[in-house]
Parts: sequence; structure tokens; C-alpha cells
Amino acid sequence: MSDMRDQPDEGSGMPRPASAPGAASVVYPSLDELRAEAMEWGRKPRAFGTWYVTEHMVRAMRAYGWTIVVGALGQPILYLLGLAVGLAALIEAPVDDRGMQVPYLVFVAPALLMTASISVASEEFTYPVMAGFKWRRYFFGFSSSALSSPQIAAGVVVGAASRMLLTVGLYYLFIWIFFAWLQPDATSPETAWLMIPIGVLAGLSFGIPLMAYAASLEDDKGQFALVQRFVFMPMFLFSGTFYPLANLPLWLQWIGWISPLWHASELGRIVTYGNWAEEPIAWVHLSYLLALTIAGFIIGRRVFTKRLAK
Amino acid sequence: MPAPVIDAKNLVKTYKVKGKPDFAAVDGLSFEVAPGESFGLLGPNGAGKSTTMKMIGAVSTRTQGDLTILGLDPDQYGPEIRSRLGVVPQQDNLDGELNARENLYIYGRYFGLPPKLCHEKADELLAFAALEDKAKSKVDQLSGGMKRRLTIARGLINDPRILLLDEPTTGLDPQARHVLWDRLFRLKERGTTLVLTTHYMDEAEQLCDRLIVVDKGRIMAEGTPASLIREHSSREVLEVRFGSDRNAQVAADLHGIGDRVEVLPDRILIYTDDGEKVLEHISHAGHEPLTSLVRRSSLEDVFLRLTGRSLIE
Repeated sequence: MSDMRDQPDEGSGMPRPASAPGAASVVYPSLDELRAEAMEWGRKPRAFGTWYVTEHMVRAMRAYGWTIVVGALGQPILYLLGLAVGLAALIEAPVDDRGMQVPYLVFVAPALLMTASISVASEEFTYPVMAGFKWRRYFFGFSSSALSSPQIAAGVVVGAASRMLLTVGLYYLFIWIFFAWLQPDATSPETAWLMIPIGVLAGLSFGIPLMAYAASLEDDKGQFALVQRFVFMPMFLFSGTFYPLANLPLWLQWIGWISPLWHASELGRIVTYGNWAEEPIAWVHLSYLLALTIAGFIIGRRVFTKRLAK
Repeated sequence: MPAPVIDAKNLVKTYKVKGKPDFAAVDGLSFEVAPGESFGLLGPNGAGKSTTMKMIGAVSTRTQGDLTILGLDPDQYGPEIRSRLGVVPQQDNLDGELNARENLYIYGRYFGLPPKLCHEKADELLAFAALEDKAKSKVDQLSGGMKRRLTIARGLINDPRILLLDEPTTGLDPQARHVLWDRLFRLKERGTTLVLTTHYMDEAEQLCDRLIVVDKGRIMAEGTPASLIREHSSREVLEVRFGSDRNAQVAADLHGIGDRVEVLPDRILIYTDDGEKVLEHISHAGHEPLTSLVRRSSLEDVFLRLTGRSLIE
């Protein structure tokens, strides 16, 4: 290809002829050939489009990569030190979690991990979605390429999930270190690692419905700040994060029941304690998280498709 | 003539409006585009050009009518069609978080091109857009003209059969426009089919082999720029100004001079085959214009004739 710097139309202000001199020598393929070519080119994007979007989203995260890493490392250290070493010193008696006597660190750690994942979700499924549709409009760039709207929605989800996986993985590592240091016998390490997939699911079950909401917004009038203050914070405070939900009066417990954080924390505790007597209820928690995730994705996909086809 | 790469018949796109009948942004457009042709949609803002482009781009679905692109129906084969199109949207939608080179690279990945090829194409297209020294710059730091060039370069990453350009030079300074036009000529020479919308008649005259004039979602006229001018306007136009308070008054006296007289708020246009002669005639009649200009007819005149309105309002 030639260079773009040489000036066109040098000297003369005359309009050029519209028909290009070289055009006649170009041989055009037949319509059948063009059709076959398009079918061939469409095959890979149809099959792997979601991953191409994921690649973009993860690449774009590098712009704020240091916040991701500092957050993923700093949060567990600060929270675990503050609560497990600081607050736990105050709460010497074990927590009575539905009949099981559990050291406070062991009780609180799974809930903190779930909170971290949900907090990533509340970032990744809000502003980047708004940016994609409105501020930078890059979703429209995706949709005019070979990618389809459902793939774009799915790619955003997988991109955010990979950040959650990093956050939750590091969190688990720190929990493991703190347990080894302070509560070496209290855990059931064979199943405790399941906190990692549960953590990612927790983030998705909160984040995907939020993504559907964010995709439906035409303007940012501070809705995300409200979500942070009036959805995320109450959920954090009233989901049995720091004390068993049963300690709350009944008229406040419903917040926990609808909160994905509570269901995820309870699941996390079951696998951390290795308390398999609770297995039936574990399935209920899991179903609730999956239901939010799937319903959110079905709605979100529809919102993406509608908005990108306008 | 070879089979058209774009074939639209009675294309309609309506939008629901609360409490009112549906609004037809595109209201029965029919046209064909031949391979290698450079085809234009000329019309004022809100004529339905962008909506048409989105339907051709296999992004927006049509409400009615038939449409095939590269022999395929966009309702069914969206990804396949889009994989062979290059799209330059009206509003840039580059990712500002990424640098210029990454924007090209990642766009290639959307088409499933292997990473190595995407890197090669990215470098090649940066050179084509004369942006090599901006390769590592964040997109947000580029000027409007540079972003536009980068967007066009991005649209070429998959060696498209058809390049769709929606208002490619709106908002650019004259020099940046000329550089862009030059790039588009080169693409045309290589056999790329171009479809562009514009409300600049000079752009349409320079770039389009054939065009349709669109207003309110309908085709007003179709042809080559020269044939449209021949058909709907005179050879020359005399523009005279008498000052905004006197234009209308003088125009009444000029009635019957030339083929046609058009009174605009700031000037009077007289359509004729010999502008100088008419100007002489006006002077003899005792009207001395503040300024006068004889020029050849343009697509702007065609549009004014067809719609009674100016293109840029």
C-alpha cells in the first residue's frame, strides 16, 4: 500500500473524474464466488465471536490494570487483618452458626471473598457497559464487524468473570494463608477451594442483572452511585456477612433472603466448614444464584440486541 | 452489467413513536450497486441515509422490502455479510482505552484473523493512514482527522468487498478532507465497492460514479452527478446579492429572466445557460448587484430544484 502523506490534487483545484482509470482492469468475482467467500469468512466469528469480545475487554482492562491488581491484593490483606485479627480479638467466643461452633475468622472469610467478587461485578457491569453504548460507543464498533449482539453481551460477561476469577483466586490464597496462620484445624481444605467458583458465580449473579439494567440506560444520571449506596451497601450490611442472618429481626432478614451475597456466603461457609449435613440447602442457594445469572443473561442479551440494532 | 453486490427493493424502515403513527425513516428505497462502483446517497440530515446504511451494513433489520448484500439476506446471514464489509460510521467508535495500533489489531481479531496477520495488517494500515508515529498514542489524543483516518483504516482490516462510509468527512478541515478523498480514490482503483452518504455536493461529485438523491426516506432522483445536473438544472448559475432587504423586491423585477429564478434569504439564483449575458441584462435594467458570481450548476442546485430546500440548513 502506498503512503498517505503525499498531497492529492496538487496545484489544480479541478475536480477529478469520478471513474477511476485503474478500475476497468480489476476482475470482479461472480456473485456465487462472493457468497461462498462470505460464508467461509463468517464461520470463525460465528463460532468464536464471544472470545474475540472477551479478548478486547481484557485488553481494555489493562488501562486500569494497576487498580485491578492493587484492589485484588490489598482488599484481602486489609479486610482479613482488620476483621480476622482485629475484630476476632474482640470476639473470642466462636460464632454459633446454626449449631456449629466456628471461629470468627472462619465464619467471616467466605463472606468477605464473596463480597470482593460482587464488588468487582458492580464496577465491571456498570461503567464499561455505559461506555460501550454511550460514552465511547465501542459496542457499535463490535456490532458492525462480524460479531453478533449476543456474542457481545457474552464477551462482556466472560471478560468480567476473568477479572473476578483473578480477584477471588488471590482472595482464596490469602484466606488459606490466614487460616494456616491462625486456625490451622478449623477448615476442611478438600472442599474450601470451591469458594473460588462460588465466588465467580456470586459476582455474575449480582452483575449480570446489573449489566442488563446498565445496557438499558440512555443517560448516566448517577444511577450507578445509587446502586452502590442503596443496593450494594445494604446488601453488604444485611446479608449475614459479619454475623449470622438469624441474629437479625425477622423483618430485616428478607434482605438476606433475596441477596445473592447471602446465598453465596452460605454456600461458601458450607464448603469451608465441610458441613455436608447442609447439602440439601446448598442446592437451594446454588439454584438461586444460577437463576439470577441465567435470567439476567436472557434479559441482558435481549437489551443488547435491541439497542445495537437501532 | 455484472450481478449487483447490493440489491434493495422497496426497502422500508419504520420506528414506533408513542401516541403517533409509525415514523418511516426509510420509505420504499430501491437501488442496486454494481461491483467496483462508487455509489452515493445524497440528502439533508434526517433524510434516512444513515438508517439505510445500517440496513446495508446488516446491523439494523428492515421492516419491509427485499435486500441482499453479496447475494445474501442480512436477516439470516448477518455475520457472514459483515465479515466482508468495511464500515466507517458517522460517529467514531474507536476504543479510547486502547492505542491506535491496538485498535486496528483487535478489530482484525473480530473477524477471526490470526494474531500474526492482525499485527501485519495493523502496521500496513497505519502506514496507509499515515499514522505510524501515532501507533502507540491513545486514541483520545488524536485529532479529529487522525481518528477518521484510523477509523477508515480499521474498516479495511478484513480487505472488505464493500466499504460503507457514513458522512466520512463531516467535521474535517478542507485539507483533511482532501487527504481522505485521495485514500478513497486509491481504494476505488483497487476495485473496492464504495457506498457513501454525504450532504456535501462537492464530495458526491468527486467520489460517486452514481448517486441517489434522498429526502424524507424516498428517492428524489438517480443518476451520475453530471446527468443529474444536466437533467435538473441549467448549465450555469448566476448568483446576485442586493442586500437582504432588497433581494425579494429586485427578484420580482427579474421574473422571466433565465430558465428559473430562486430567491434565497441572502441571494438570488438565476438558472441559465449563459450567466454573463443575464448579468449584463440585469445591469441594463438598472439593477446593480452588490456582488455577482457566475458558476456552473452543482448537485446543490439539483437538490434545491427537487425539494425546494437547501442541503445544509
